[in-house]
Amino acid sequence: MKVKQLSIFMENRAGRMAEIARQLGEARINIRALSLADTSDFGILRLIVNDVDKAMKILKDSGHTVSLTEVVAVEVPDSPGGLASVLEPLRAGGVNVEYMYAFVEKATDKAVVIFRFEDIDAAVKVLAKAKISVLPAETVYKL
Amino acid sequence: MTTQRPAVAIWDPEHECMPASDLRELQLERLKKIVRKMWNKVPYYRQKMQVVGVRPSDIKSLEDIQKLPFTTKDDLRLCFPYDAFAVPLEQVVRIHASSGTTGKSTVVGYTRKDLDTWTNVVARFLVSGGLTSKDIVHIAFSYGLFTGGFGLHYGVERVGASVIPVSAGRSERQISIMRDFGSTALVCTPSYAIYLAEVMQGMGVKPGDLKLRLGYFGAESWTQRMRQEIESKMGVFATDNYGLSEIIGPGVSGECVYQNGMHISEDHFYPELIDPDTCKPVDARQGGELVVTTLTKEAIPLIRYRTRDICKLMPEPCPCGRTTVRMSKISGRSDDMLIIRGVNVFPSQVEEVLLDVKGTLPHYQLVVQREGALDKLEVRVEVSEDYFSDEMKKLHGMEKLIEHKLENLLGLRAAVKLVEPKTIERSEGKAKRVLDLRPKD
Repeated sequence: MKVKQLSIFMENRAGRMAEIARQLGEARINIRALSLADTSDFGILRLIVNDVDKAMKILKDSGHTVSLTEVVAVEVPDSPGGLASVLEPLRAGGVNVEYMYAFVEKATDKAVVIFRFEDIDAAVKVLAKAKISVLPAETVYKL
Repeated sequence: MTTQRPAVAIWDPEHECMPASDLRELQLERLKKIVRKMWNKVPYYRQKMQVVGVRPSDIKSLEDIQKLPFTTKDDLRLCFPYDAFAVPLEQVVRIHASSGTTGKSTVVGYTRKDLDTWTNVVARFLVSGGLTSKDIVHIAFSYGLFTGGFGLHYGVERVGASVIPVSAGRSERQISIMRDFGSTALVCTPSYAIYLAEVMQGMGVKPGDLKLRLGYFGAESWTQRMRQEIESKMGVFATDNYGLSEIIGPGVSGECVYQNGMHISEDHFYPELIDPDTCKPVDARQGGELVVTTLTKEAIPLIRYRTRDICKLMPEPCPCGRTTVRMSKISGRSDDMLIIRGVNVFPSQVEEVLLDVKGTLPHYQLVVQREGALDKLEVRVEVSEDYFSDEMKKLHGMEKLIEHKLENLLGLRAAVKLVEPKTIERSEGKAKRVLDLRPKD
């Protein structure tokens, strides 16, 4: 249920992203989803990959500051109003979203939204009650 | 705008132009007296003397001063607040303090006679830089625990010139007051003078609109290039002066109109130069750490106080006629203290804040740069796992918290910059704590 996401501290300098992508590529690690939160000085790169442990080791060994964060992947209809149908029950259930990002699934007509909640267990309960489908972690790593 | 070199004038010719042999005799007599006083009245220093096995009777010549132990800022910190005083508090009429490294400052006291001495040595460098009783002196040093404001204030009064005690801050008002009151001399830090010149430009005030002719700049080190810039932009004849609160405040030394080294008031302050690593005396012209003994101080006499300031001494005669030795501009520090906008900053203070915020110490670096006229302090912090958060607002919150605590502790705004691990330069595995990028000349 809970998906492991890598968060990497990155200075806002030319070539930092390219270097991380190259290191992961050379280790045959596939990036499933990605988002970057940035300010003028630094950014936080968030990655979901097919092999979390290996990616974590590679990045740490090369001197990056990396942390593991648990997130939830929710499947939403890839149509107008799709995202709203998920957010509404969360609002009603009083669940706070720290951040979120989305991508579109290749083989289906669904989109996947990655949520970082303030209280992940409470969020999962609310989603289950609203019958919103949460993707198993293994599925997300293989997307 | 060209500035005119004022005529040579000497405030206290008896002492400033004393023949060398008379001066040495006076210094020795005063040294013997102060050593005896320390032995009798100041337990921490008596203990230091006992440890190395030296007694007051061992001081028979000026060279014998080398037998005496040094005094450091740490000694004074251990004496916080009053244990270094050689007189009872009822004889102390003024207290000042300098910024300290660990929250505790160094407290200094003055008897009535100390204040008189201080005022006299300030008057000396004011007159040696061209001041007369006709001048109107604008003091933009802050008045408070810092010795700059009050030290200059009473010196100017002693010379008989008029003081405008403006104190620091509100730069546009400073310019208006100088223009409206017809100030002829300016007292502030050199970096603030450059800033004021910029503010003047912004207000459309030209040097010719002001009556300024003299500038006395101190409390931080500055370069020849800054002198030229200040002189041309403000139309003043600019001189440097030096002092530190532990010794007396401003007035330990000051430049004459030849602008070539600061004359030390040797009848009150006995200078030595040492190698900061071996603590052995070095050749004066070669340069080393300045060590000062106060020969006449009553409230807090100090013997062989290590200033941590690196300079050279110039014993050769000066065309102005003074016989006192001159010291060069300060070229650096033998510890890692930085002086930023007149404020003393030690890396250990930053360390204290970082430890306070997260409980562990990251690699960090203080970077000082000069942007336009003002010195800016940036504190770079390597983001290790302890300091990292996946949430932007937490990282930002931490940055702001460190900035806030730094400003509280240092009295100076510092920008915190989070950087990746291993990006701060290391020498022999140790992070370089300080990167001073300010121009040196």
